[in-house]
Amino acid sequence: MVMSTLHLQQIAITIGGRHLIHDLSAKIAPGDCLTVMGPSGCGKSSLLAFVSGTLDPAFAAKGSVALDDRVLDAEPPERRRLGILFQDDLLFPHLTVGGNLAFALPASVQGRAARRRRIEAALCDAGLEDFADRDPATLSGGQRARVALLRTLLAEPEALLLDEPFAKLDMALREEFRRLVFAHARMRGLPTILVTHDEADARAAGGSVLKLATI
Amino acid sequence: MTARALAHTLLRLSPGLTLVVFLAPIVAGLVGTILPAFGFLPALGGDSLSLDPWRRLFETPGFAAALTLTLTTGWSATLVSMLVAIGMAAALHHRPVARRLGAWIAPALAMPHSALAIGMAFLILPSGWLARALSPWLTGWSRPPDFSTVGHESGWPIVLALALKEVPYLMLMTLGALNQIPAAAQLRAARALGYGPSQAWLAVVLPQVLAQIRLPAMAVLAFSLSVVDVAMILGPGNPPTLAVLVVRWLGDPDPRLLFPAAAAATLLLALVIASLAAWRAVEAVAQATLGRWATRGARQPAIGHAADIAAGAGITLLALTAASMLSLALWSVATRWRWSDAWPEGFTSATWMRQADSLAGPAATTLALGLAATLIALALVLACLEREAQGREGKPSRSLALLYLPLLVPQVAFLFGLQILLVRFGIDGSFGAVLWTHLVFAIPYLFLSLADPWRSYDDRYSRSALSLGASRWRVFWRIKLPILLPPVLIAAAVAFAVSAGLYLPTLLAGAGRIATLTTEAVTLSSGADRRVIGTWAMLQAAFPLAAYGAAVAWPALFRRLRRW
Repeated sequence: MVMSTLHLQQIAITIGGRHLIHDLSAKIAPGDCLTVMGPSGCGKSSLLAFVSGTLDPAFAAKGSVALDDRVLDAEPPERRRLGILFQDDLLFPHLTVGGNLAFALPASVQGRAARRRRIEAALCDAGLEDFADRDPATLSGGQRARVALLRTLLAEPEALLLDEPFAKLDMALREEFRRLVFAHARMRGLPTILVTHDEADARAAGGSVLKLATI
Repeated sequence: MTARALAHTLLRLSPGLTLVVFLAPIVAGLVGTILPAFGFLPALGGDSLSLDPWRRLFETPGFAAALTLTLTTGWSATLVSMLVAIGMAAALHHRPVARRLGAWIAPALAMPHSALAIGMAFLILPSGWLARALSPWLTGWSRPPDFSTVGHESGWPIVLALALKEVPYLMLMTLGALNQIPAAAQLRAARALGYGPSQAWLAVVLPQVLAQIRLPAMAVLAFSLSVVDVAMILGPGNPPTLAVLVVRWLGDPDPRLLFPAAAAATLLLALVIASLAAWRAVEAVAQATLGRWATRGARQPAIGHAADIAAGAGITLLALTAASMLSLALWSVATRWRWSDAWPEGFTSATWMRQADSLAGPAATTLALGLAATLIALALVLACLEREAQGREGKPSRSLALLYLPLLVPQVAFLFGLQILLVRFGIDGSFGAVLWTHLVFAIPYLFLSLADPWRSYDDRYSRSALSLGASRWRVFWRIKLPILLPPVLIAAAVAFAVSAGLYLPTLLAGAGRIATLTTEAVTLSSGADRRVIGTWAMLQAAFPLAAYGAAVAWPALFRRLRRW
């Protein structure tokens, strides 16, 4: 398994002359997590958008993102190999649970049967046996969140970006899902950036915490 | 009965009344077409059922070719338009240009089919503008080349002209469908999984959009299979498409030709019904294929290039539309335009001056029909939507298929029978009869473009006004209607453009006695002088374009005035 370190170098983001992020640099080792905290509007989501390559052109941004020595700045989002978990699970409603996972599974896993086995094994590990043919709409919130995580991981990302993925889950589920996400990130050695405004998220992540202030 | 009680009663009756207004002519017309197709038309001595009309239809020289031409042009136009519209959406959705696309395609939507077809003929004829602009330096032609474009037996100019109109329409419907799903977020998720923007759109968004644009796509298919004016202007003459054949027989002095004409119109109806069913199958196969493709997990950057090619084709079509418009305008003001000159020698208003007297009458009729149809349709649709908003009854989705009926039934199939009925009651050729057929099309288009904005109105404005002591009537006129004025004006412009562009309904219900700019332009289009045709087609296109322009400009002007 390739393990990379995620480098953020001198990132600055402004909108309309207002500084959201000023000269942010960080080094996130495999399995480590950087938590970025702050109230809404402070630019923490813009930071994730910049790292993933989807920042709205209305923002002006400087700085560099690299995985080891692979510089990502000129790469389109789909070539960066950054897995993202969003606040919403964003399971595609026209595909089954298995279809959603197959969409993420690389084509290098060939043959219907082999692909199916990989997907069923992943579902089984997450406690979702026999869910492959289910319609995502029939799943509970916690189940959907787990499928979204599986989908992200099956695409074999080299780093993980978490955009408040726990915010919409209720208390009991949140705890359990947090543990699952961070366990996978550590096990696979994925450098992770978590954006949140929940202190408990930061504690569960266990890494360094960066607090952005509103300016 | 007090005025308020009367208004309330009218409101309660409005959905039924609206349905009768636009469905009765279709149902009555279809019966009036199908009976003579089986020999029953007492006015002409047909008082028993027989298969004789069908025998005469099948024995018509060139019948098989007409049938083939109808199917190939109709299906190619639909498939090409669908693929280009989908390719454009897939290639452009993530680019800044996507935000301006709506403004680009609006003029193309407003153009009447026949004006666009005439403009395209001016462009692609062997002596047309394209050949002039490229000769002799590129083509080496010192004289107009000796081959056919307009009237080519394959009918490709029909397909091209239909695509010019239908690509923008399908684009608009796709953009509308996108508002129903969280497309932007899903696309971000798909790109994070390693898919390029075009493949992400095709694999994730398209399957959700396809079902939503099913009815518009079917309307395009039905229209393309049965279009008359475009096929008359650009299609082959012998044999023409089935729809043109029906109209030609209807205009023939020999009344016995009505029987095979009825059979041909009925056959066209059957072809359209079968084609719509086949479309469902095509859609199902496409869905299954897209699903299998998505689950293979193959990231294919080449998809982006394919989508770019489709987008290039779409932009070429938009450019052709603009060039067609421009060629109409140029010819209408040209002094002399010799072969192989890229531009006319000079410009003059002489043709317009000479035509002014003959243009005035049909222009006034076009305006009167358009305004009357728009106002009546607007009153009926507003009443229906208000009834729906107040009653919270009647699922909107159930009436949707009915609304699409006038767009799915081939025009010639019911207008044929309707004309026979109008003659029977002695009201053919009257303004009222033509107006009614215009309402058949104005009502559904107006409803379809107004329903979504109307339903998304935030009712709390009305409730707070009511709580201030205003009556329902007053709240409607002073609060709700002003807030919704921009979409109301756009919907009215759509209805006006539809009415102004209608050829066959005006021709058949008007019995040739009601002349509009559209009927005259189509009639003239086979004539010789391009300057004269240019003025007619230009003015014909100017009316709906002006209506759109006014609909967009009015609220903006109003806002500016209020700042003073």
